[in-house]
Amino acid sequence: MLTKTLVMAISGLAIAAPALARDEIRIVGSSTVFPYTQAVAENFVNVTGAPSPIVESTGTGGGMKIFCGGIGEKFPDVTGASRAMKSSEFELCQSNGVTDISEALIGFDGLSMAVSRDSDVDWDLSLKDIYLALAAQVPVEGAWADNPHKTWADVNPDLPAIEILAYGPPPTSGTRDAFVELAMREGCKELAFVHDGGFDKAWVKENCSRMRQDGPFVEAGENDNLIVQRLNADENAMGIFGYSFLYENLDALKGVQIEGVAPSIETIADKSYPISRPLFVYIKNAHRGVIPNLDAFIEEYMSDDALEADGYLAERGLVSLSEDAMMNLQDSVLDGVMLETN
Amino acid sequence: MENQTSTIQLVQASLVRRKRKERFLKGLGLSAICFAFLMLATLVISLVASGHSAFVQTHVTFEVFVDPDEIREKRLPRGGFDDALAASLAEYLPGVDLSDRATKKQVEKILSNGAQFHLRDLVVADPSLIGQTIELTVPVSDPYDQLNKGGIDPDTPEENRRLNDKQIAMFNQLVAADTISKPLNWGLIINADSRFPELAGLKGALIGSAWALLVCFLISFPLGIGAAIYLEEFAPKNRFSNLIEVNINNLAAVPSVVFGLLALSVFIGWFGLPRSAPLVGGMTLALMTMPTIIIATRAALKSVPPSIREAALGLGASPQQTVFGHVLPLAMPGILTGTIIGLAQALGETAPLLLIGMNAFITSAPDGPLSSATTLPTQIFIWADSPERGFASRTSAAILVLLGFLITMNAVAIFLRSKFERKW
Repeated sequence: MLTKTLVMAISGLAIAAPALARDEIRIVGSSTVFPYTQAVAENFVNVTGAPSPIVESTGTGGGMKIFCGGIGEKFPDVTGASRAMKSSEFELCQSNGVTDISEALIGFDGLSMAVSRDSDVDWDLSLKDIYLALAAQVPVEGAWADNPHKTWADVNPDLPAIEILAYGPPPTSGTRDAFVELAMREGCKELAFVHDGGFDKAWVKENCSRMRQDGPFVEAGENDNLIVQRLNADENAMGIFGYSFLYENLDALKGVQIEGVAPSIETIADKSYPISRPLFVYIKNAHRGVIPNLDAFIEEYMSDDALEADGYLAERGLVSLSEDAMMNLQDSVLDGVMLETN
Repeated sequence: MENQTSTIQLVQASLVRRKRKERFLKGLGLSAICFAFLMLATLVISLVASGHSAFVQTHVTFEVFVDPDEIREKRLPRGGFDDALAASLAEYLPGVDLSDRATKKQVEKILSNGAQFHLRDLVVADPSLIGQTIELTVPVSDPYDQLNKGGIDPDTPEENRRLNDKQIAMFNQLVAADTISKPLNWGLIINADSRFPELAGLKGALIGSAWALLVCFLISFPLGIGAAIYLEEFAPKNRFSNLIEVNINNLAAVPSVVFGLLALSVFIGWFGLPRSAPLVGGMTLALMTMPTIIIATRAALKSVPPSIREAALGLGASPQQTVFGHVLPLAMPGILTGTIIGLAQALGETAPLLLIGMNAFITSAPDGPLSSATTLPTQIFIWADSPERGFASRTSAAILVLLGFLITMNAVAIFLRSKFERKW
């Protein structure tokens, strides 16, 4: 039996087998959305007894590339994203015939900066401090130059004279995109030099988006657990990752306050915590009704059990939507409302 | 005469220095080995230290009343299994008021999320259980498992731990009622992957690895041996065969991630084979293993003395008969050893499998080479990246399982070599 299947499969190669039929749902996308999709997938299997969906963590950008590759069994049905679909990705989708997409904003995730609990410092940073400490270029004596700051005290005299060292995600990560957009660019805009200099949006995007490469900011790979371990080893180091990792490690790590607000489920939900981001799931509507069980899976994802404030996604660290927003989402996604442009 | 004595004197004079050099070399070698052993011991000890707790799992054993009000035969497989479990568990928790919604939720959360599905499966298999009281042993959820294993320290301030004082008090009540046990964690081997550490196991990864290795063996073994026999016994020795030899040696040194990229574009892109399938994984690994097998087979064939070939040819055997009747059987132990070592390498290979999507989250074991699966190393990769505490020890445990398989395979290789290899 085994060898027979194998022989068939291998001989199939010779005549370039057509796409093989599949009866399980395929999901790709952001590593931040991955744990939530995992939870939905597992619950979906337990409740319905359908074949187990295949959930891959490819990163937001990588997921979009595969998702927008085309229509058909070879291509995934759903992708998770820790930022909204970019217009370039939308165009890629369109050009490959993936025109009917539903966008679902499932909740929010705080980006947290954290230090080890061994640290005696009660960190409270403004976005401006974060920018001045971690950006590649900052204003130095009235000119835009390479970042000279070595310690936090160089950035802001109120901060301790501890050497700047932050572990963060690499450029392929959605977490990095969100951090640059929400913390770095906002902090940059607050600088007097930029604020009063009359620079346009394009200039800000061009010049305020680069993290420094000279040591104080360390790209630590996609594995957030590694960052957590490094923070435990060095009390002066800071880590940048999604809130769910801080939430799971609250006994070893403490969150850095941003603009005086500490990260928590409450502060992220009421948006008083400044660096939180929306999490999205994109659904290929052309696959609905074609791939078995896809509709039931989406129903499970959009169910109250999953999404509400004490639902099982919230238990994993997702910050839920408001009641109204959740109902709107459920209506629009279950009806398959099409994403227009981006 | 004088000349001779001076030579002996010279030798004697240098003897001390030469012996010292020899001792130095011996010491250097010994310390290199000690260093290697130290590193190995550090690795294994740190893995055992962090992983041993995953080989046991905290369970709770309690009487469950399968409440006919919550679970009706007509509505199966749906029903209030979680409510029935919570109500039964609360019997062991005097002073806990289930009518408070938050408290009820906390009681439910003591049990693993899988408990309700376990009860459901029992009742669906035997609906006569409805209305009866049965004894059930189920895993507790990860935070309580951590608490029982010392991963959560009750002395840390309440706001910094996953369990509050009330939850710890409930667990202590269960301990006092003698319901908590810590048996061997068979789930680690017989469960498929799960989002919940207490339910997660390696079944899917083990079966996925087995399928991938089988495919890898079926492709690389015959092709590798065929290529080696031709190159060693039949190919004319000229520039072209030299070129091929150099290329094969080169191929053995190509980083595995390159094979992953190749597989992604050829097997998945052109041939349209499914992502994450052990068939594609096995084919990718075969590309990597084949050069190893070719090189090992050629070495084994070379070590068969020419007199065997000459004797066979001299008695009138054809070259083909010589190779298959005489040379190959004598070379077989060496070939098998090389193959097993190649397969052991393939078992531990991760990078190419990540590229073809074998690091997916799948809650069921694969039922064939075409259904999606993970392998042992990619499963370790997924677990290492999971935020839940319970996965830290499970990652180490999974690495120990993988190491166990590697040691077994290498031991078999050594056994085959020492048992069957002939010295000439």
